[in-house]
Amino acid sequence: MVALTGYRRENGDVGVRNHVLVLPVDDLSNAACQTVGAQVPATLPIPHAYGRLQYGEDLDLHFRTMIGTGANANVAGVIVIGIEPNWTARIADGIAATGKPVEAFSIEGRGDLEVVRRASHAAQRIVQHASELHRVPIELGELMVSIKCGESDTTTGLASCPTVGAVVDQLVDAGATVLFGETPELTGGEHLIADRCANDEVRDGFMELYRDYVSTIEENGADLLGSQPTQGNIAGGLSTIEEKALGNIEKTGTRPVLGVLARGEAPPRERGLYFMDSSSAAAEHITLMCAGGAVLHMFPTGQGNVIGHPVEPVIKLTGNPHTALTMGEHIDLDVSGLLSRDLTLETASAQLMEVLRRTANGRLTCAETLGHREFSLTRLYPSA
Amino acid sequence: MSHKFLIHKRGDHVGVAVADIDRGEHVQGVFMDDDSTIEIHANDAVPLGHKIAIADVVGDEPVIEYGIPIGTSIEGFSTGAYVHTHNLKSARW
Repeated sequence: MVALTGYRRENGDVGVRNHVLVLPVDDLSNAACQTVGAQVPATLPIPHAYGRLQYGEDLDLHFRTMIGTGANANVAGVIVIGIEPNWTARIADGIAATGKPVEAFSIEGRGDLEVVRRASHAAQRIVQHASELHRVPIELGELMVSIKCGESDTTTGLASCPTVGAVVDQLVDAGATVLFGETPELTGGEHLIADRCANDEVRDGFMELYRDYVSTIEENGADLLGSQPTQGNIAGGLSTIEEKALGNIEKTGTRPVLGVLARGEAPPRERGLYFMDSSSAAAEHITLMCAGGAVLHMFPTGQGNVIGHPVEPVIKLTGNPHTALTMGEHIDLDVSGLLSRDLTLETASAQLMEVLRRTANGRLTCAETLGHREFSLTRLYPSA
Repeated sequence: MSHKFLIHKRGDHVGVAVADIDRGEHVQGVFMDDDSTIEIHANDAVPLGHKIAIADVVGDEPVIEYGIPIGTSIEGFSTGAYVHTHNLKSARW
């Protein structure tokens, strides 16, 4: 078995990548961030569409996502750029609490060019600092891993999700923390998750979140028929949300659910399996899990999702032989042998664990090689 | 491979095609929970990933896969039928 290495950060968290982020507080600062990225190409700018005139819980989520992304153990250091100083400092201070180098710049009163000049010098210093950080031996149980499937079909429930489920059990048993979510896509199998909650408090918290989601849909008069399952799901043979959910839940393994997390919230110290309230939209979901601290993602796909993320490597696997054949450049592991029964679940999960370990050690995922850097913020309601 | 569909659990009403099944074809399925097999005459074509009935379901009744209801049948279906959104709907929405 491959020995595992990673980056042990100032606060003890363990990462598998060594990025220097250029993080915009808001949409207005994307241009400056991208220019810093061009000046100092070893940095990773992650532009996004929001961050102005948000308020209440929606603003809290914005801060939590920004701070969590910068604080993620895959990140060595961060340049934060915002239009005005207060929110910029709030995000920079939140990230700096991890002990990693963070420098903040605001644009008002200076302009883009001056900010780019100063931020580029700072970025160069942090990149050189990051370049001297080295991989050290780590334990599997020190990782925080997230899971979510996408473009699901019936092969997901037959092959790729059970493979992930077996690895999730192994990770949890080794002491790792695993995050799952997709509140809407538990419909029909929510009782299976409720039954696995570690105690009544966790169970009540989970069911409350689930019922909130159902009532939000009802209050909006929405009919999810036609969008859940999606057209892609139906083309792949899934007929109902219940059938989709039961396949989805296969990937959560069998271990107890220790707690319920808000979107983008970091789990508590006790290690194990946690549920995070989250949408089923792949990029939003992984962005929230990354903000919660996940450093590696396992993504089962049926019809062929191409998702990646700038900070958290996304390992994709499929059980669909057509997808493995036609979209091979997006698929890190083909487990379609489970359908032909040429492959056992034990072998498939051992193969996935091997891919996970090699990816942790630095092997680039398909999504990383193709430049898939989907960074998508979740909004709770419109800006003021 | 000798099988053309898989069934998650004994007691399920449907199996999932792991290769395209032709109408009129005599096909073998494997139960994933105990590796036992079943032979079915396919009354419809069933594409890879889509479902074939392995039991008769009469009227509007819960349809079982994974040992759990995945929805309600629409006017039932018989063994060997193609099962999808035309004869199976969600019980939730």
